[in-house]
Order: sequence, then C-alpha cells, then structure tokens
Amino acid sequence: MITTAPPPVETKKNYLNSQEGLKSWLLTSDHKRIAILYLITVVAFFFIGGLFAVLIRLELATPAGDLVDSNTYNKFFTMHGIIMVFFFLIPSIPAILGNFVLPMMIGAKDLAFPKINLLSWYIYMLGGVFTLYVLLSGGVDTGWTFYTPFSTSYSNGYVIAAGLGIFINGFSAILTGLNFIVTVHRMRAPGLTWFRLPLFVWAHYATSMIQVLGTPVIAVTLFLLVLERGLHIGFFDPAYGGDPVLFQHLFWFYSHPAVYIMILPSMGVVTEIMTTFCSKKPFGYTFIAFSSVAIAVFGFLVWGHHLFVSSQSVYAGMVFSVLSYIVAIPSAIKVFNWIATMYKGSVRLETPMLYAIGFIGLFTVGGLTGLFLASLGMNVHLTDTYFVIAHFHYVMVGGAIMGFMGGIHYWWPKMFGVMYSQLWSKVAAITIFMGFNLTFFPQFFLGYMGMPRRYHVYPPEFQVLNVLSSAGASILGVGYMIAFCYLVWSLKFGEKAPPNPWGATTLEWQTTSPPITENFEVTPVITQEAYTYTSEEVVHVV
Amino acid sequence: MGEKSFQLFPDAASSIAGTVDGLYAYMVLVSAFFSLLIAVLVVYFAIKYRRKDDHVPKPVDEHSIGGMLLEIVWSVIPLGLSLVMFAWGASIFFTESRPPADSLEVFVTGKQWMWKIQHAEGAREINELHIPINRDIRLTMTSEDVIHDFYVPAFRTKADVLPGRYTTEWFKPTELGQFHIFCAEYCGTKHSGMIGTVTVMTEQDYDKWLATGSGEGSMAEQGQALFNQLGCGNCHASLINKETGRCPNLNGLFGTTVTLKDGSQVRFDEAYIRESVLYPQSKIVAGYDDIMPTFKGLLTEDGLLKVVEYVKSLGTKNGTETSVPSAVVETSTTGPTMPQQPKTGTGNK
Repeated sequence: MITTAPPPVETKKNYLNSQEGLKSWLLTSDHKRIAILYLITVVAFFFIGGLFAVLIRLELATPAGDLVDSNTYNKFFTMHGIIMVFFFLIPSIPAILGNFVLPMMIGAKDLAFPKINLLSWYIYMLGGVFTLYVLLSGGVDTGWTFYTPFSTSYSNGYVIAAGLGIFINGFSAILTGLNFIVTVHRMRAPGLTWFRLPLFVWAHYATSMIQVLGTPVIAVTLFLLVLERGLHIGFFDPAYGGDPVLFQHLFWFYSHPAVYIMILPSMGVVTEIMTTFCSKKPFGYTFIAFSSVAIAVFGFLVWGHHLFVSSQSVYAGMVFSVLSYIVAIPSAIKVFNWIATMYKGSVRLETPMLYAIGFIGLFTVGGLTGLFLASLGMNVHLTDTYFVIAHFHYVMVGGAIMGFMGGIHYWWPKMFGVMYSQLWSKVAAITIFMGFNLTFFPQFFLGYMGMPRRYHVYPPEFQVLNVLSSAGASILGVGYMIAFCYLVWSLKFGEKAPPNPWGATTLEWQTTSPPITENFEVTPVITQEAYTYTSEEVVHVV
Repeated sequence: MGEKSFQLFPDAASSIAGTVDGLYAYMVLVSAFFSLLIAVLVVYFAIKYRRKDDHVPKPVDEHSIGGMLLEIVWSVIPLGLSLVMFAWGASIFFTESRPPADSLEVFVTGKQWMWKIQHAEGAREINELHIPINRDIRLTMTSEDVIHDFYVPAFRTKADVLPGRYTTEWFKPTELGQFHIFCAEYCGTKHSGMIGTVTVMTEQDYDKWLATGSGEGSMAEQGQALFNQLGCGNCHASLINKETGRCPNLNGLFGTTVTLKDGSQVRFDEAYIRESVLYPQSKIVAGYDDIMPTFKGLLTEDGLLKVVEYVKSLGTKNGTETSVPSAVVETSTTGPTMPQQPKTGTGNK
C-alpha cells in the first residue's frame, strides 16, 4: 500500500491500549471508548431484536398460528419493535459512529461533556435493563406504539416496566443530542467555520435538535401512560374521562420525528462515503446541509399523517398531508445530489460504497412509497396494512441500517486499526441487499391486497407472498451473520490498516489508526473547505 | 375471496375502489419512473466513472454543470408530481368522509374480538354484514373497549372504531359476493381473529334476508322500549308525552342546531345524543336546568345506539317523520329505574 505521508509513530499508545482493564473501560470518558461500549451493547440489542424478527417470519410462513399462540406472537412483534426502534435504530449511528467520529471531524479532543457522555451510556444501559426485565418476565403485548386504551386498561403485559425503560432511555438520547450541539458550537478547530464542516456533522447537528426537542414529549407521554395504567388517572381512556386519540397525537409528535433521528445520521454517513469513494466534493454542499435542517424542522409538523383514519378532522388531515409531501422534497434533493456527486467522479466500489449505493436504492423505494401513504385517499386503504410495514422497513432497515453498515465498514479501520476481508464484506453487502428486497418487496403487494399488520393468523390467499418474505428474511439474516463473523475475525487477524486507507479528506483520517486518546498530536488548523480533493493529496487504497 | 389461493391485486367492489386504484396506478408509475431513473444513473455512473487502476483523478469543478439550475429542477418537478398526489388523494378522502344523505344505516359495535352489527330495521349479526348492492351504506361505529378499525379491503376503505365516540364510514358496494372484514387497529390477543365477511346481495335477496331478522322489532322500536324503561319520557317531552317537560322536547330535534346555556351552538346529532345521555351536565340546552342524571353504566353501547335511533326516529326538523308504530307507544308502563333528581335541583351551574 502507498501512502503519501510517512507512517506515523507506531509505538505510541492508541486509545485502545493506552489503559488496560475492564475498569478503564467502564469509567472512561474518552468518546471513542464510549462509542465502543455503545457498539457492543447496541449490536447485542440488534441481535435480540433480530431474533424476534426471525420468530415472526417463521410464524408467518403458514397462515395458521402453528408455531406459537396469539399472545406470544403479539409479544414477539412488540419486543421486536421496542428493541429495534428505541435500543438499536435511535442510538445506532449517533451514539456509535457519531460519538466516535464527530469530535475528530471537527478537530476536537473529545465531546464538550465527556462525563455526561459516559452517563448517557449508563442511562441507556439502565433503560435496557428494564427492557430485558420485561423480556425475561413475560413480555409486553401492546405493540411498540402503546395505543391507548389498550395499553392502559386492557393489556396484561408488563406495560409499566416497558414504558419506564423507554422513558429512561430517552434521557440518554437527550444528553447525547445536547452534547453534540454544544460540541459543534464550541469545540470546532480553528478555522473550521460552519460551512467547512463535513456534512456528517450537519446531519448529526440536525438529528441532535430533534433528540433534544422531541424526546421529552415521548417521555412525558409514556409517563402519563404509566400514571393512567398504574393509578387510573384519566388522560386517554374514555372510561376515566380521557381521550384515546390524544395519546396518538402525543406519541407521533415524537415518533414521527424519531424516524428522522434514525435516517438523518444515515444520510450523513452516505454523504461521507459518496464523497470519499467518488474522490469528489459532494455536489450541492449547502443544499445537502440545509436539507438536513429542513427535514428536522418540517419533520415536527407531519405527525398527523399517522392519524388519517383515527377520526381526526378532515381539514387537519389535509394540512398534514400537504406538509408530508413538502418534507419529502429535502430527501429527494439529497438523493439527486448524491447521484450528481458520482457524475465525473472517480468511483471505487469498495464495501462502504456498495452499502451507500444500496442505501440510495432502498431509501428511494422507501421514500417513494411514503408518498403513497401521505396521500389521504390512498392512506385510508393502506394504513395499518403490510404496505406500511414494507414502507418503513425500506426506510429504517434499507435506509438506516444500510447507512449504519456502510459507516461501520467505512470507519472500521479507523476504530480498530485493522482491515476486514474485502471479498467477504462484498459478499455480505450483496447478500443483505438481495435478502432485504426479497423480504420486504412482497409486503407491498400484501398491503395493497389488504393484509393488516400485527396479524398472527391470516387468510390463505396471502401465503405465497408471506413465504417469499420469510425466505428473504433468512437470506438477510445470513448476510448479517457473515458481516458479524468477518468483522469480529478482523479484530484479531485483520491486516493492519493505514491512517487513511480510503484516501478520504476529513480530519479523522489525518491521524493514526486507531487514534491516540487525544485524537490529534497537534490541534489541526483548517484553511479550506471540506472535501478539498487535490491530486497530490489523494492516497491509494489497500 | 375464499376460493382463490393466490392473488396479487385485491377485488374492487365499491364505488370508490376504481378511483383509489387509478390514483395507485399513477403513483406506481411515478415511483417506477424515478426508481428506474435513479437505478440507471447510479449503475451507469458507477461503471462509466469507475476508477481505473491507480489513476489519480483530477478534481472536478462542480459549478461547471449548472448546480443551482439542477437543484431547482429536481426540487420543483417532484414537488409538482407530489401535489397531484395530494390533491387527488384529498378529493377521494372528501368523498369518503361525507356519507350521502339517505344512506342505509347500519350500526357497528366493536368488542374484543368481534364485530356486533345491527341494522336499523332490527336484524342483528356478528362478524357478518349483509348489504344490498348499489346502495350507499353508512356505518355508525363505536367500541365497547379498545380502539378497533373496520376495514374492507375490497371497498378500499377503513375507519377507526373508538370507545367513547361515534365514527362513521360509508361505501357503495358495486359487486355481488363475499369480501373480508378485517380489524385493522391492533386490539389485543385475538386481533387477527376479529375478522368477518361482508355479503353483498341483490336488493331482493337483501329484503328476504332482512325479513328473517331478529324479530325484536326495528332498532328504533327497541330504543323506544329502553327509553320508556329508563323513564326518559318522564322529563323529556316526546311523541308519547306531549307536555313540555323539564327537559327539552325531543320531537323534531334531530339534525337541528340547538343553543346551549353558554350561548354556544351545537348540532343535535348522534354524538350529541350520546354525550347527553352519558354526561348530561356537559352541554345543557339554554332554558333548562342541570337536573338530568347520568345514564352511564345503565346502557350498553348497543342499547345506546338503539336509543339514538329512537330519538332520530322522532323526526328531523319538522318533527313529522316517525317510524314508531303506535302499538309500542302504549307500552310505557315500566317505571324509571333511576332515582329522580329532586325538583329543587334548579341548576347549580
């Protein structure tokens, strides 16, 4: 391999081996180590959530309820949703990749509040313990949406514990968001103006705004739910004088923006990967940056599109419908800018790039099918069917997880100083892409046919498509397992990674792999825009 | 439904199904176009601009390809296409939200995990709905427990069924046959068992089917029996009790707008009747006192719907329309089961 700079001092301790022992990890305030703590725990939750997905797809391979009973099935999809949304998707990119990369990208030694950063992880763990308690003690069957009055007066699962788990976990997201916002404002290296920031930082800044402003609402909502269920104080159940639809408004006021908490960081990752593997400045820097902000702002104004059939006013429905179309435009702008970035670039189809391209494909389908659901008359037919399931899995799995996988593969050499197998990683990326499409594309047809979501037993005419979907899920699962195996393998046996294996231009690549605890020997001074590729600077890949 | 083992497209059996499918076709075309465009561009660029060997690229000046113009083009075109989706969808939604006048009335009560259905004429059924073809059917729906959702995919429509309030849904079946009813809002253990069948029949078959009904009289008749049993007529003037009582005369009130104590106005409709029976103190008609006790707990949701039907049958606007046979009128002998409020209850508001 060729690098233009002489290899940095190899003997210097890096953040991984500067201190030894479990205690040094559990009491660390190094953003990189905290990112690794998150990586381990968040991925563990991903596999628990994934296990439930496997069980769901196994049950749905036949129309009859022959694997488990209805109560158990209902708990499966509830636990799948709660774990994947609150304990995987929301923390995945910000808490792992954001934590690791964001301070380095802005030339900082750490986040603004390193101890609060560690506190965030402990809060996440505490919320996770509640959730595991719910899981082990018998589960909860409300769906991850906790609709009232079912959740407050009728469910016989561990609703209070599950609600408290999410309530507690919310503070972790709030603190991480706050930490990022302050860090971006206060810790940028000399010369790093706002419009010189990498777009990953813009995406995380927008995400952090949603986390700080939105998460308190879900916390309050779940708290009210716990009060009603535990103490019968009437907020939502008409039997106590409450309004069941009020819950839906409050829930989606957070949970729709939460979708953007999941997808915006992923878009940030894709922008970084596209620019690096095209060796070209991202097309339309300011448009990509401001589209992140626009998504964050407009994302707060569309929650009512989850309530079109809930008895919400027709006129409210119209307002929410038109705003939902408007929030789609910034996403379209991003997709077109990524494609324009490829134009006349110097494209290298390394593994992270495969994931980025996969992201564009799947997110496009996810976004376009969102247009169906934003349309009032179409939504009435499609809402609460498998069409919705397919749509949001295209956005969250096809979008957010493809971005997460791309980011992990992109920064893996930086995080651990090792390279993974190029061959196996490409095999896994393609397997995941194929498996994903086979799993979820048939569900669009199921949805238009009218198969409702959360059905344990279904009419026989839906079986063929369900079998296809289950088959796809097994391929998808194999893809994730391959990725897990070679990544873990690379930690011990992987080839040593150079500081900048991809020839990227952002600051995190200008230091050693893995970085030293302080990130940089000398605080960098920035004199030019982000992503300035000059022919001399471009280094070659492994 | 039923016989077919595999389908890729649902039956279209209502007057709006064709419009919804038309909008769907438009959206599928737009989506397919953009998906293909993006896929082709990404693959083409990935191949055409693929880095060959160790060739170090020259930085490209991005402004050379008219950045601003492109940004505008690829924002405005999708926005325009989207707004068509919005307008088309909104117009369908308006149609769906406004049941035509003189629709056939059917009442639906959702309950974990069954659909209880009552026809205005008196027939009752569970998890089945028999309706005549080419007639507008209006469902008035409520739930006894959690939120349900009455969904008929072949009719392309659904609406949530909520506890504590009435929601409506309407459709006009255009095909004979049997179609699925699904509960589309997750409602607990046997959510996926809360399914049923709509049977669309010819007008003649429907009349025959109605004739084999419950034998309990029409809903309004059953509602009148409840009205009498609960002593409502002792205070409310009605067809039976012509004296102006201590409470509003219900004759001819349905569909009108009444003025409340605080000067505001409210439409005298199903929701208002329901609210006034369960929470009488919340909206008191001007000129009357707060003397009516709540009937919460004394009436099931089904029973409440019957009372509502009875009050509706007392006539709309001019108070002439009535379907109550006089024979039933004479049976008002059952005493009130609620203790009467003392007459001195002169409005403590």
